[in-house]
Amino acid sequence: MTAFTLDGAAVPFLDGDTLMSAAVRAGRHIPHLCWHPRLGQSGACRLCTVRVDGRLAAACTTRAAAGQVVENRTPDLDRRRRLLLQMLFVEGNHFCPGCEKSGECLLQAQACAMGMTGPDFEEFHPHRPVDASHPDLWLETNRCILCKLCVRASHEVDGKDVFAIGGRGIATRLIVNSPSGRLADSAFAVDDLAAQVCPVGAILPKRRGFAVPLGRRRFDLRDAAGAGTAEPLAAAAAVGPSAQGEGADGPR
Amino acid sequence: MSVFELRTAHVDRVLQRHGGRREALVQILREVQEGTRWLPREALAQVARGVGLTPAIVEGVASFYSFFHLRDVGRHHLLFSDNITDRMVGSCRLARALCRQLGTTPGQRSADGMASVGFTSCIGLGDQGPAVLVDQQRALTRLDDLRVVQLAELLRAGEPTERWPEEWFRIDDQVRRADVLLEAPAMRGEALRAAVARGPQATLDEIVASKLRGRGGAGFPTGEKWRCACCAPVREDGTRIVVCNADESEPGSFKDRVLLSRHADAVFEGMTVAAWVLGARRGFVYLRGEYRYLLEGLLALLARRRADGLLGRGIVGCEGFDFDIEIHLGAGAYVCGEESSLIESLEGKRGTPRIRPPFPVERGYLGQPTIVNNVETFCAAARIAARGGAWWAAIGTPVSSGTKLHSVSGDCARPGIYEYPFGVTIGRILADCGGGSAGREVQAVQVGGPSGVCLAASECGRRLCFEDVPTAGALMVFDSSRDMFEVARCFAHFFAHESCGFCTPCRVGTELVVRRMDKLAAGHGSMFDEQTLQALESLLHGTTHCGLGASATNPLRDTLARFRPAYERRLQSPDFKPGFDLDAELEPARRVTGRDDPGAHLEWHA
Repeated sequence: MTAFTLDGAAVPFLDGDTLMSAAVRAGRHIPHLCWHPRLGQSGACRLCTVRVDGRLAAACTTRAAAGQVVENRTPDLDRRRRLLLQMLFVEGNHFCPGCEKSGECLLQAQACAMGMTGPDFEEFHPHRPVDASHPDLWLETNRCILCKLCVRASHEVDGKDVFAIGGRGIATRLIVNSPSGRLADSAFAVDDLAAQVCPVGAILPKRRGFAVPLGRRRFDLRDAAGAGTAEPLAAAAAVGPSAQGEGADGPR
Repeated sequence: MSVFELRTAHVDRVLQRHGGRREALVQILREVQEGTRWLPREALAQVARGVGLTPAIVEGVASFYSFFHLRDVGRHHLLFSDNITDRMVGSCRLARALCRQLGTTPGQRSADGMASVGFTSCIGLGDQGPAVLVDQQRALTRLDDLRVVQLAELLRAGEPTERWPEEWFRIDDQVRRADVLLEAPAMRGEALRAAVARGPQATLDEIVASKLRGRGGAGFPTGEKWRCACCAPVREDGTRIVVCNADESEPGSFKDRVLLSRHADAVFEGMTVAAWVLGARRGFVYLRGEYRYLLEGLLALLARRRADGLLGRGIVGCEGFDFDIEIHLGAGAYVCGEESSLIESLEGKRGTPRIRPPFPVERGYLGQPTIVNNVETFCAAARIAARGGAWWAAIGTPVSSGTKLHSVSGDCARPGIYEYPFGVTIGRILADCGGGSAGREVQAVQVGGPSGVCLAASECGRRLCFEDVPTAGALMVFDSSRDMFEVARCFAHFFAHESCGFCTPCRVGTELVVRRMDKLAAGHGSMFDEQTLQALESLLHGTTHCGLGASATNPLRDTLARFRPAYERRLQSPDFKPGFDLDAELEPARRVTGRDDPGAHLEWHA
């Protein structure tokens, strides 16, 4: 098996692997938000930006090649990651203390891991609606970071296309496919993969609060790096190289 | 028939015309809107059913493009071209004046429903602005105060555009300097007959020998691109695809408009030469929506070329040489000039750049090997096919062969199109176009549009070619009266408006740059703001998904480096200054309590 080096350590890869999929299989963590082992590649959040032979590239969309020298956790790259995380925090409305996802939230966990202590930039405070219409699920778009995991999961795995992306630029938004535009009138169901993959608290099950007390949640016990490898590991081994050649917004 | 039934029938006709093909979605939406003025939710749902997509996906596509309206607009929809060169000749003032006379504000429909007025990115008329796009069908040039008054009257009276003075719509080519491309006679198959006589491989060899490089800005060797596409396997029922990128959206560029007006036959012939080399049967011209007024003429020319045996089956009598060209209109999205976004748009999708590899030459339009070349590149390829690669390679410099068209605008006496061999100095162009004036010497030139480079007058000796200053063909001149900070701020707004929104650094970063520069413009700048701008600039270089994001802060970078005084007078405060006016934030509270006394203000200015 051929290999590339990630921060000096050899990482073996299979033909068609991205840097991300190979690293995850090897139990190595590259910070990310919009990547998921069961879903096609995206490259939207850019948190996984690494240096490949000196050039910046997203680990989740870059094909692994033998002998590549990949830098991951350097001070410069982590500084870039901090800026990207701060951008996501100021773009939406993120109030961690009041969010059920706190402690399970990948955005929050990555921010902690990267040493982000505050937003630094001015917050945009956008006006975004909360869709509470669905009997089992909340859609809290104030927390949406446009990672498109739900869009891809609903299309690729659930086969429902419950979500799509609308608008452009800073007005880009998640839209729900239903006659009214509300989640209640869509085909969304609590068992959908799209209902499980949200890295933040934008899609949450209803009637579940404090099932695990604060302080004992996933990222309270381990940092994002540990969590990034735990459950994707097994799944990643089963998943081959992801689909390519589509527009990065997904199949449409 | 009711309005509803009329609309339903119209949508059905458009769907039928396109056979309900989902890759025609952008064309379907455009043609629907030409009959309905805007796209109501029910019309989108009907289109979705017709093409077999979900309504949300159709709404996602429609809301991506600036020219699709999801809310009702006025009977006439006027969009002021908002490039810096339009602003320099008073576009903002004229837009305000028009709004005032119509009793409306930008982005709003007038109360009588007769008109709505707004702004759009540069519409490719920088040499004859201020320019206004009307109903995304035609363009007004050289707007002035008198015309604004008359225009408001016509709008209020509900006069159709056919009854507006024809002179208002006059578009001049303004060719100031012609060289081998612009002075050549019309092309009626000479290149094709030469290519067929030579054979596909030998024709490709001529293109390679010419050292022709792409004219869209990146300068990729054209022969190499064609060769890669030739090597890529084609699926059994498929074909290779030839795409002409006529999405000339770089602010300040208008040379493709002129080429399509005067030399469209050479462009089509160049595409057909490429088809001969590649064995491609299908071609597209991706024409930017702003150039809708060129469509009829181009379609007529295509029809004539079919009748002349230069398109269709058995081209120039050569059996098996089958190729045809369709025209696809864009709908207002700068990012679609990026080749993989362009292909997404051709496939009826949102114009989000693709992940590469695979590159379009391997898997492009509908997964087939696809070459995307600029209008000017095809024009040159046709001449090379006719006259040989050595002829072209002898023009220009060793690394940058041939000639290049430059769209010159801004502070100069003779704006228009200038064609020079590669390697011409900026000083020569400025002398020819009459840059600057007495007492107002040239201060700066923006080469290659906002995504290119901004140079100071002291750099006039630099040469336009791939080995020195590469350019996509736009050159904007700024004299000493111009505020280069405002130039950079205008471009910052442009990039934020045109960001596709896909990746974090471009979507949020371009907006943060805009907010920070607006803060400086409003007089709230401090020394800390420069650090923030520098940090954003450094992040966007290298972290974004595509080249738009990577070049979005070029104007900021260049003007900070070369025109520091324009920033320094806005960054003087040594203390942190918030981006908002604290006292103004109290206004809602004052309104609620009905107070406006000194005690209700943080600072009282009597």
